Amino acid sequence: MASPTTTADAAIPQTKGADDNYLTHDKGFASWAFTLDHKRIGVMYLASVLTAFALGGVFALLIRTELWSPGKTIMEHDTYNQCFTLHGAIMVFLVIIPGIPAALGNIILPLQLGAKDVAFPKLNLASYYLWIIGCLCMLGSLVTNAADTGWTFYAPYSTTTQTNVIPAAFGAFILGFSSIFTGLNFIVTIHKLRPPGMTFFRMPLFVWALYSTALIQVLATPVIGITLLMLIVERVFGLGIFDPGLGGDPVLFQHFFWFYSHPAVYIMIVPGFGVVSEIIPVFSRKRLFGYQFIAISSLAIAFLGFLVWGHHMFVSGQSVLAGTIFSAITFLIAIPTAIKIFNWVSTMYKGRIHLDTPMLYALAFLWVFTIGGLTGVFLAVMGVDIHLHDTYFVVAHFHYVMMGGAITAFLGGLHYWFPKAFGKMYNEKTGQIGALIVFVGLNLTFFPQFILGSRGMPRRYYNYLPEFQGLHQLSTIGAFTLGIGFLITAISLGRALKNGKKAPNNPWGGVTLEWTTVSPPPYYNFQTPPPVTAGPYDGYEDLVYDEAIGGYVARVTGGSAPALGK
Amino acid sequence: MTEPSTAPEAVKKVSAPPPAAIDHGHDDHGHEAHDPIHAANPHLAHHFDTPQQQFDAGKLGIWLFLLTEVLFFAGLFCAYTVYRAMHPEVFVYAHYFLDTKLGALNTCVLLISSLTAAWAVRNAQLAEKRALMLNIVITIACACTFMCVKYVEYSHKFHDGLLPGKNFQPKEQIWELKSFRDRHPEAAEYAEKLSKLDEKKAAPAAPAAAGKAEPAKVEKLERPTEEELEPLLAAGLVGPRSLDPSAHISRPRMAHVFFGIYFFMTGLHGFHVLIGIGIWIWMLVKASKNQFGANYFGPVDFTALYWHLVDLIWIYLFPLLYLIH
Amino acid sequence: MTLHLLALLADPKLPKLAPSDSFWLPADASVTSRNIDWVWDFMVWMSVLTALGVFVAIFHFVTKYRAKSRAANEHAEKSAEHNTALEITWSVLPLFVCIALFVWGFKGFVDLRTPPKDAMELHANGQKWKWTFDYKCPTGTLTEDALHVPVDRSVRMLVSSVDVLHSLYIPSFRTKMDAVPGRYTDLWFQATKAGDYPIFCAEYCGTSHSDMLSHVVVHPAGEYEKWLNKACVDADSKSGPERGRDLFDRQGCSTCHTVDGTPKIGPTWKGLFGKMEMMTDGKPYKVDENYLRESMMDPVAKVVQGFAPAMPTYKGKLSDKDIDGLIEYIKSLK
Repeated sequence: MASPTTTADAAIPQTKGADDNYLTHDKGFASWAFTLDHKRIGVMYLASVLTAFALGGVFALLIRTELWSPGKTIMEHDTYNQCFTLHGAIMVFLVIIPGIPAALGNIILPLQLGAKDVAFPKLNLASYYLWIIGCLCMLGSLVTNAADTGWTFYAPYSTTTQTNVIPAAFGAFILGFSSIFTGLNFIVTIHKLRPPGMTFFRMPLFVWALYSTALIQVLATPVIGITLLMLIVERVFGLGIFDPGLGGDPVLFQHFFWFYSHPAVYIMIVPGFGVVSEIIPVFSRKRLFGYQFIAISSLAIAFLGFLVWGHHMFVSGQSVLAGTIFSAITFLIAIPTAIKIFNWVSTMYKGRIHLDTPMLYALAFLWVFTIGGLTGVFLAVMGVDIHLHDTYFVVAHFHYVMMGGAITAFLGGLHYWFPKAFGKMYNEKTGQIGALIVFVGLNLTFFPQFILGSRGMPRRYYNYLPEFQGLHQLSTIGAFTLGIGFLITAISLGRALKNGKKAPNNPWGGVTLEWTTVSPPPYYNFQTPPPVTAGPYDGYEDLVYDEAIGGYVARVTGGSAPALGK
Repeated sequence: MTEPSTAPEAVKKVSAPPPAAIDHGHDDHGHEAHDPIHAANPHLAHHFDTPQQQFDAGKLGIWLFLLTEVLFFAGLFCAYTVYRAMHPEVFVYAHYFLDTKLGALNTCVLLISSLTAAWAVRNAQLAEKRALMLNIVITIACACTFMCVKYVEYSHKFHDGLLPGKNFQPKEQIWELKSFRDRHPEAAEYAEKLSKLDEKKAAPAAPAAAGKAEPAKVEKLERPTEEELEPLLAAGLVGPRSLDPSAHISRPRMAHVFFGIYFFMTGLHGFHVLIGIGIWIWMLVKASKNQFGANYFGPVDFTALYWHLVDLIWIYLFPLLYLIH
Repeated sequence: MTLHLLALLADPKLPKLAPSDSFWLPADASVTSRNIDWVWDFMVWMSVLTALGVFVAIFHFVTKYRAKSRAANEHAEKSAEHNTALEITWSVLPLFVCIALFVWGFKGFVDLRTPPKDAMELHANGQKWKWTFDYKCPTGTLTEDALHVPVDRSVRMLVSSVDVLHSLYIPSFRTKMDAVPGRYTDLWFQATKAGDYPIFCAEYCGTSHSDMLSHVVVHPAGEYEKWLNKACVDADSKSGPERGRDLFDRQGCSTCHTVDGTPKIGPTWKGLFGKMEMMTDGKPYKVDENYLRESMMDPVAKVVQGFAPAMPTYKGKLSDKDIDGLIEYIKSLK
């Protein structure tokens, strides 16, 4: 456990005023644009990713509005196709893949390791700028005859369509490098900048999750890079790798694409697992059940994730043997994932549970991810997948795990670490209301889509048979509900930034290292990182709640060690 | 984590700060002038505690980056493999157009540059500034030579119409190439005869008299020998053995794909060489400012590692593209 | 809105969803669903039970162990960090279920992908944005835009595409297979109930992907041969503009061309014959018989300005008699 007090820390007189922290230390545009501080980079990522999320969400609402009725509702076929392409591309490449690692991980990872920064701060800033450039490329496609290939860019449609595929593909290519650099940075940070005493099995699970994710980022992303590059070269020069008209093989594109894109979904969800593994113990005042299992299973899932890409291609014409192997390994991944759920639920057993907003999101995650995960099993069963492939069942499945899983975890982590990162408390009631509406909206939007899919409604459909309308309308209502939930959450956090109550150092009673420093942390993180002598979820008994500050402080035991923080 | 919680001990006592995390005092952390390790090592970044830690981090970082580069190129090697397995004749056909001598020259040039790069790392460790700068200059010179030879090769190809993809319009026929004639003289002769026959067949027949079509006179060549036929079969110039080999000669349909792969792989590699040149120049500047020594030689080490990988990739590319027999 | 919906439901051109016994799955009309439907049902029940188990546990723990307030500083009760028996149970049980599901899925897949040896063969062709199906007539090949099969007979479909990826999806037969340009793929089924079932395209293929609908007509015993004979005779007997009119629908021309003057993905046929059209290379060209024939065989040779070069070739698909008929039909559309 991290010692919650250090006499050295308490003795620091602050420079530049008593409230100097990383947000106030330097002012001006240049101090942000050229910052090397991981916390500032994380904040910039947070703002950018949330903006992209809003944009992707607008496209989602446009899609669902169009699908209110069969035939034309508000737009033409081609526009609709462009909408779902952009929605997917923005959400996948600009929001969820960078998501938790870049926005939350950048702020919190070094703090959880007691480190001063990540291993390569300049590379970190470069990674952010690559995100910006990738974003601009994608927007370039958006404003000029946006790509209409779907975010999966399948050939030969993508090599022959007249829409502006190249900026979109190039944008994704650049974003790939942003992702690689973040992953590389985190791996080296975790290997080389851990404090003395923090062995691998004393690392918080958020760190384990970021580590496993970073491994996938580094190993898988180059493959999508070269695939997109090949796609661009094929469009410009008529290379002939994928387009059968030029001598190529369209199924080869699918193999290349999914070799990355399946591990990519683990990039999206494993950090979410990490966040949930942080929140549930703290809000149950308990140690996590099965810490070692969850740590190792993150690595196992990362590894196995590379071996199952063909389960997206059961219907593509790939051989039965290949399909069989992919299906078998897919089931292997299902087991550790399921066991994690059992471990999280067991953590709450005999705990003392506090239902603050972060915990509400974590509980929502458990519900939504269970459904999403179980429906993944349906798709892994080869025979049944033939019926379900490319229907709304798949759309519902991945939205449950990505939107329901990753985004819920993201919001949970955001609310959990908001006081630490910004030094302000948000209004708990509005936070809870937002969480509830998001939860209702999620289920209302996507559960009807399971039924649509199993009844045979294919995906990426602008028009549909009138028998499907009722379920579509339910889903559209859900989508707007979801939007309202997000809006309430955004407003709640925005108001907190402006007028929120001052946050204590440790509002939730967390016992990992980030809670031992001030909220918000000084730009140098720790004067002296507290030595680590026990596991990451030890020490709840050493904290006591101080109502005056609305947070936890060290339990004073017959000594004169002063409490940390103000 | 299976150790039981230690109930009675309550607050963990603060032990003396470990030597690495020295109290930097009360000041702004912009300059660690008071900290002996950071003071003695101006190139030690503020977030690392020792030069060794910084070097280790950099080393791990560059190896990870090289791993991503390998995976990046692996996609292309995979496309090459798949394509060659499906259309071997395309590769046999196309390699006659490549100049093996220039390719071999480039291989030697890169190998030399790898040697000087490795040497440069040693120089940096020993703070031998002159030798370091010399080795870097030679490395850069070799790299530039490589790019020049590439330029020559590419311009030959453009001149000969050997462009990637849909722009593929070779000016010369393969049997007119010196590389083909030297290795397969009988096949080249036979191919020429066949192509002349094709031209005759394709030429417009004498205008048909009203209502009466003149059947084109069908000449036939005698059955080819093995020496004549084999190279043509391998290069996909004539149909399979079972068909009449004196029927028709033409380049394989998918020949343009090879050149697409060729330009893509060598182009991407050349791009990495260019980047390498840029980074070496940067190292040269740093070396000229006397920055490297036993406590700080990471950048040269890492650049050399990157360079070795660029060399290694070429060593795979060369036989795969140029030495197809 | 309701009127609009009712109108759509009544539209004869749209395939209908046959009534189904299952809440989740469409009407079951083929033997190929024998390995699918019961596995589906098993999975639904297993998922419901598992999910309920998890949710009940969460709800129970949250209510039973809810802390009063933070100020009360309650500590969690002593409990084990891990329980080997429990952990083994909840690892091994799901493992068994997964193995079972994998085996059933594998069997179902192999079944769906192994046509019986005596299956009759039909061809399905996907193009942007229409399905066409070929039948053997004594005088040649008949192309229709609907799939006709006899009941209780195994049918193997050879599927291909002329342009981009499509996917032939027949929900009531629980089968689907991608149509890959440049090669053949196949699927099979054996219809068990006479009736009419929708066919969808299930691989995104551009603008009118969602309009690429068709349907399979399962003929009762003895009726299929009658239908085929009549269709062959009808197709053969038609000539001139009547034949052209027929082909306009069956060969997919209607997907991109109208006959009432409105431009669609391609130019309208109304008033087309004899017109001077400006091509994309800037040269004007007269629409005569030769131009029309060339457009069908080599559509990208001359493309009218303002339209994309999106038309597939009909080389090998239209006989000379077909081409003559189409030209006559176009001539008749003044």
